[in-house]
Amino acid sequence: MSALSPFPDSERAPRLVSGLGTVGRFVLVTAMTFLGLLTITFFIGRIVPIDPVVAVVGDRASQEVYDATFRQMGLDKPLITQFALYVRDVLTGNFGMSLSTGRPVVEDLVRFFPATFEMATFGIVIGVVLGVPMGVIAAAKAGSWIDQLIRVLGLLGYAVPAFWMGLVGLAVFYAGLGWVAGPGRLDIFYDGLVPTVTGILTLDALLAGDMQIFLNALSHLILPSSILGFFSLAYIARMTRSFMLDQLDQEFVTTARVKGVSERAVIWKHAFYPIRVQLVTVIGLSYAVLLEGSVMIEIVFSWPGIGNYLTTALLTADMNAVLGATILIGTVFIVINRTSDVLYRILDPRSR
Amino acid sequence: MTEPLLQLRNLRVTFPGPRGPVQVVHGVSFDLGRERLGIVGESGSGKSLTGRSLLRLLKHPAKVETDRLIFDGIDLNALSEKQMRNIRGARISMVMQDPKFSLNPVMTIGTQIAEALRVHENLPRTEVKTRVRAMLDQVRIDDPDRVMKLYPHEVSGGMGQRVMIAMMLIPQPDVLIADEPTSALDVSVQAQVLDLIDTMIVGNGMALILISHDLELVARYCDRVLVMHRGRVVEELEAGQLHAATHPYTKGLLAAVPRMDETRKVLPVMDRDMEYDQ
Ligand SMILES: Nc1ncnc2c1ncn2[C@@H]1O[C@H](COP(=O)(O)OP(=O)(O)OP(=O)(O)O)[C@@H](O)[C@H]1O
Ligand SMILES: [Mg+2]
Repeated sequence: MSALSPFPDSERAPRLVSGLGTVGRFVLVTAMTFLGLLTITFFIGRIVPIDPVVAVVGDRASQEVYDATFRQMGLDKPLITQFALYVRDVLTGNFGMSLSTGRPVVEDLVRFFPATFEMATFGIVIGVVLGVPMGVIAAAKAGSWIDQLIRVLGLLGYAVPAFWMGLVGLAVFYAGLGWVAGPGRLDIFYDGLVPTVTGILTLDALLAGDMQIFLNALSHLILPSSILGFFSLAYIARMTRSFMLDQLDQEFVTTARVKGVSERAVIWKHAFYPIRVQLVTVIGLSYAVLLEGSVMIEIVFSWPGIGNYLTTALLTADMNAVLGATILIGTVFIVINRTSDVLYRILDPRSR
Repeated sequence: MTEPLLQLRNLRVTFPGPRGPVQVVHGVSFDLGRERLGIVGESGSGKSLTGRSLLRLLKHPAKVETDRLIFDGIDLNALSEKQMRNIRGARISMVMQDPKFSLNPVMTIGTQIAEALRVHENLPRTEVKTRVRAMLDQVRIDDPDRVMKLYPHEVSGGMGQRVMIAMMLIPQPDVLIADEPTSALDVSVQAQVLDLIDTMIVGNGMALILISHDLELVARYCDRVLVMHRGRVVEELEAGQLHAATHPYTKGLLAAVPRMDETRKVLPVMDRDMEYDQ
């Protein structure tokens, strides 16, 4: 019977995909995205340096060294084989050596990324905790002075360059008022006193039970992460405000008022509740941007983070380091993107 | 005659426009007893604004003024926003046009209905649940326990509107405003929903304001009909007396209703820009 079916194959194909189930599809999409990332970095690695061997050995190397490296890099093999080797290297964490630090790139990433992660996480928490309520209030009181104030703050977040804010922040709160510590992650005499577990200094200090170091790390962290927080706050507040204005216009919000629900519950329970879904995406995006490492802030604050590392690598044409950092940042983007996808499904009953 | 349940005098609604304020409701007045009052008129005649003004729902930039808005001896204009919330839902309620938009999409049906009750009465959870179940039963929803757990997108339009009715009637209000409660629904369920509203209103001795652009429908479900045109009430009639309408606009509306026993090629078209005198 089935052989007589007019569309024997086209019927089977979608069933195969849907047969994978939600989890299977999720894994498949994630894997494909990651493969896409590797394809791009692979071609950048092969195309951008006119000669990848020279990028590694330098232009003064002898012909023998050049040839040896050429073969060692597998450049004599077909492109597809090269790509397969590349994927294997990446998956086993082998990004090669960094020319500028002389260490394996993986070790560098493990050392630099937690610094960025710590600052970005603090920053996004500040951005969400302040930005979301600000956006909600601005929308609920659209046109009022508080709305205007929030709009001006938002504009500042767009108009003021990060390095300027970093410098002014240092001048005022560190040099002037002495409220916070200066550049770097820790005062010099505390350096290396707590064992590195996570690489997140505040957390490591807590794990070691050393309050003094914890507070010192915090006092170094607070200014740069507040500045990052301010930038994401500006974006999050603006988006929250526009989502909320949209919701407050909806008929079901009027329904809530008709029922006699208090204005506060109308705003938070009825109008805000549904936009959590959209906010997840906005917050995820801001967090990803912060995790990429704000180069300006990291430079101004001598913060040994991934932005700083990547910039140095670019300036010294340290290709392995550039690609390693790019893959790391790309992976962070994928992880955040996929996580907000999952949260989306959990939070929105319509997408279940 | 005793004091009417609701008295509205000289309602005016104004919006700011690009060339100064634009008045869209020009002095609407009526009394409402425990009866079924219909408001008909074409799109934009100010029916919805009138309905919403009774609940004081219109917000900035709308400017709403009345000479008198008395409900059950309470001067609604004199109430604070907080006091007004005790009227909304509990005493005067409203069913809106399209359940697709008027129900909260991310709250279960049970929670939404329960909220309407909880806002006004402090009841133990089990009792709230019992009342919600009984209410769903009254609006003829089978298997209330299952429906309570559903989200609005999981039910049909007709069922959504019955949920809406249940939600609006659960605190046992005195007045229900139904603003085109069936125009977004499938023709096949329109009569069911209207019959349901009718049964509930009559059964509970409530007052109904039924807003529609369908003169015939309003005549069928109401005792009295107000005809609105361009922000004014141009005629007020007993439902059985439509043929006795004297106002040219009402006559025009009546003439536009097609009949079973007639043959005519072209239905007359209303002249929307025509100015009728009061
Ligand atoms: N927010 C607003 N801003 C400006 N004008 C408005 C606003 N809301 C309503 N109006 C105007 O007020 C008039 C009456 O609106 P209303 O909603 O009461 O009409 P209606 O009789 O309910 O019509 P419909 O049958 O289409 O629902 C319309 O002409 C409309 O243009
Ligand atoms: Mg209307």
